[in-house]
Amino acid sequence: MSRSSLRTPLGRVAHLGTARSGTRHFWHQRLTAVANVPLTIAFVLIVVGVLGRNHAAVVQILGSTFVSIVVLLFVVSSVYHMRLGMQVIIEDYVHDENLKIAALMANTFFTIAVGFAAAFATFKLAFGL
Amino acid sequence: MAEAETSRRRERPLSPHLQIYRPMLTMMMSIVHRLTGAALFFGMLLVVWWLIAAATGPNAYANVQWFMQTLVGRLILFGYTWALIHHMLGGIRHLIWDLGYGFGPAEREWMAVANLVGSIGLTVVLWFVGYLMLGDIR
Repeated sequence: MSRSSLRTPLGRVAHLGTARSGTRHFWHQRLTAVANVPLTIAFVLIVVGVLGRNHAAVVQILGSTFVSIVVLLFVVSSVYHMRLGMQVIIEDYVHDENLKIAALMANTFFTIAVGFAAAFATFKLAFGL
Repeated sequence: MAEAETSRRRERPLSPHLQIYRPMLTMMMSIVHRLTGAALFFGMLLVVWWLIAAATGPNAYANVQWFMQTLVGRLILFGYTWALIHHMLGGIRHLIWDLGYGFGPAEREWMAVANLVGSIGLTVVLWFVGYLMLGDIR
C-alpha cells in the first residue's frame, strides 16, 4: 500500500478489488450454478429418454425444438461454469507465471471449442442440415 | 545489517498445510467437490462426442453406442453420472452456505452425509431406470 496515494482505501477497492475484476467471477459462478441445476436435470432426463434408441429416433428427439433449446442452454451454461471452475483450480495450483497464463489460455480455448462444437452439433440436429 | 540479512534468509515456519489435520468428512467432501468438478470438465467431451456423432450420421452414432456398451464405457458413464449428481448436490450445499445457512456443526455434518448418500442413491436409481428403459426398447 502506497502512502502517497490520495485515494482512500475504500475508493481503491470499490467495485473491483485486488484482482480488478470485482465480484464478477464469484457472481457468474453462482449464476451458472443455479442455472445448471434445472438444466442438468433436464439434460439427464433427455439422455435417459434416448437410451438405446436407434440413430433416426435420437436425431428426431434431439432435433426437436424444445429439446434443442434445453441442450443448448445446458451446454452454454455448463461450459461457462467449467471455465470459471477450472480457472480457480489453475490459479490455486499453478504458480509459475508463464505456465499459469498458458494454462488459463488453454482453459479458455478448450471450453470455447467444446461449447462451440456442442452448439454447432445441436444446431445441425435441429435444422437437419 | 548483516544480522538482518541472515535472519531474512532463515527458513521461516510455514502455516500448517492440509496433512496435519485429521481427515474430516466436510473436508473430504470439499476435495471431492473440486475433483468431480475437474472430472466433469473433461467429461463434457463425452457429451460433445455424443452430440457430434448424432449430428454426423448413423455410423458415427453406432461407434458411440458401441463404446458405451463396453465395460470401460459403462464404467466411465457410471462415474460421470455419479460425478455430475454429486457435484450438483454439492453445489446446492454451497448455495445454501452462500445464503448464510447450514454452518452449524450438526448441519454441515448431515448436509455432507446427505450429499454423499444422495449422490450414490440417485446414481443407482438413475441407472436402474436406464436399464429398465433399455429393456423396454429391445
